[in-house]
Amino acid sequence: MTLPLIAVIAGLVAWPASYAIYLATLNRRMTAFIGLDNFDILLDNETFRMVIWQSCFFAVTAVLLKALIGFWLAHMLHHIPTKGQRKWRGMLLVPWVIPPALSTLGWWWMFEPSYSSINWLLNAVGGPSIPWLGEPWWARISVVIVNVWYGAPFFMIMYLAALKSVPDQLYEAAAIDGATGWQGLIHVTLPMMRNIISITVLFSLIVTFANYDIVRVLTNGGPRDLTHVFASYAFQVGVLSGNIPRGAAVSLFMFPLLAVVAFFVLRGVNRRQREMA
Amino acid sequence: MAQVTLRRIIKEYEGGVQAVKGIDLDIADHEFVVLVGPSGCGKSTTLRMIAGLEEISAGDIAIGGALVNDIPPRDRDIAMVFQNYALYPHMTVYDNMAFGLMLRKFPKAEIDRRVKEAARILDIGMLLDRKPKALSGGQRQRVAMGRAIVRDPKVFLFDEPLSNLDAKLRVQMRTEIKKVHQTVKTTTIYVTHDQVEAMTLADRVVVMNHGVIEQVGPPQELYHNPATRFVAGFIGSPAMNFIPCRLEQGGAGLQVELPGGVALPVPAERKARYTAHQGRELLFGIRPEHLTEVRPNDHRDNMAVFEAVPEVVEPMGMETLAHFRVDGAEICARLDPATPAAPGRKLPLAADMAKMHLIDPKSDKVL
Repeated sequence: MTLPLIAVIAGLVAWPASYAIYLATLNRRMTAFIGLDNFDILLDNETFRMVIWQSCFFAVTAVLLKALIGFWLAHMLHHIPTKGQRKWRGMLLVPWVIPPALSTLGWWWMFEPSYSSINWLLNAVGGPSIPWLGEPWWARISVVIVNVWYGAPFFMIMYLAALKSVPDQLYEAAAIDGATGWQGLIHVTLPMMRNIISITVLFSLIVTFANYDIVRVLTNGGPRDLTHVFASYAFQVGVLSGNIPRGAAVSLFMFPLLAVVAFFVLRGVNRRQREMA
Repeated sequence: MAQVTLRRIIKEYEGGVQAVKGIDLDIADHEFVVLVGPSGCGKSTTLRMIAGLEEISAGDIAIGGALVNDIPPRDRDIAMVFQNYALYPHMTVYDNMAFGLMLRKFPKAEIDRRVKEAARILDIGMLLDRKPKALSGGQRQRVAMGRAIVRDPKVFLFDEPLSNLDAKLRVQMRTEIKKVHQTVKTTTIYVTHDQVEAMTLADRVVVMNHGVIEQVGPPQELYHNPATRFVAGFIGSPAMNFIPCRLEQGGAGLQVELPGGVALPVPAERKARYTAHQGRELLFGIRPEHLTEVRPNDHRDNMAVFEAVPEVVEPMGMETLAHFRVDGAEICARLDPATPAAPGRKLPLAADMAKMHLIDPKSDKVL
């Protein structure tokens, strides 16, 4: 009975994963096994250390902002009458539906320093022109902005569903127990949403660490390789520079850490599920 | 002091539907008042308005003499037990009970003392570390009550707290609630659709129907002297029998003439009360327990004997219920279990006319 499942997992999960790991242990010409040397070399490389730092900054900042903005949007939507909710929800979901490569092109145009809308608006209110994609810190922030713009609707829709699943009577009980709106949020809403928050943050962290298209279209890793994340750097090293084993090593770099994080997060989710639901 | 006063309370929803149509009610300090009625009668809405969970459309609510119309639930000093308990699933039993005190910034030692005391009263001391999911329905109900008790509020509000329990546990928890009230003596307003709960728990019962109060009174008074046909039919189980009748002057005084030629004499002491209605079409009301078998040498006062043919006979153990028809109206009699009653066989019955009621079908008032 489970044979098809085993076949699917072996063919579509285990084999590609092991092949990637195997690739990462080969030399540049893929003729000899060199163990973990690719990882050693990478860690000695200053550009790669920059990539680790930028990837972590990008993923952590973007996920935090997506979660906060998503929660704020969900909270607002939850408190408008059901009748009007649908159209607002639909409109807010638009960024998530547009293919990111396409929408990022739009952002790229908006970030253009001389002739585009954002700087024009800034100038109109007396602000300075900002070199959005030309200066490292602004470029880093730009990449995060676009990722948040693209990903926050997903958090919003998940949190909206979670908010709707909290029984009204718990809020009524809290109101009678003496809770203000804020205390209700802290002591009832958030604890009741902990599982969905853990899962969305975990999954988004994994997906954001693996993000490629936004960086590729917006900055292509520049200026001076300072906005590269694992995926875009892996593509540059593995495909553009032709060192496939080292590219594989780059893309596998975060895997052990994320696997450990995922293990603990999911274990916590399971435990709470058993205790509460 | 925690009296609760309702003055001309109205609850009107969008579109002009009125759930509560201007009720007045005075609840004394330490009193246990039960609001009872069928679903949709406005009893839960009334309770929720007292709690502050529902806005009032018009009227005044005062708790302990202070007007609370615009005061949020948290500042009304009330505690509420919900039908589905509404325990916080992520908190332990202890934290569920301590939550209200914690929000009110009570010292830790005082919180601990109160929670343990409530746990002792409710016999849930060994459950304090558990989460609600690990509790049975009855235990959750106790925790919900504990959460109310620890607060030591001015008023307890109960919203159908026993509806989710099975029959046996319901009876047990009913006793428990009564015991708790006898211990803590807090003013209590209790909503239920179950008239047995209402009768057994209440100092006074408030019967509601279609958003108005039909009658307020101690359980025994509602049972013996219902004011309206609704109250007469709602209080008591099995429900009171209603038979269309005419009130006529007979040879020995007033008599109730039922369809099918049965005439039952009205007790002499009711004469003054009923004379004005002589010759009218009325409803004759009598409870099943006042319609019994005829015992040998039965010489009870005001007894009227007639014959009926039961369609169904239900032996209950301590009594037997016999169902028959008088001109289409379904009638139930409560018999001694030793009575040899059988479907289709004639049975002499005795109506205790001292317990009869006459109802004006136009106004539905008991005469």
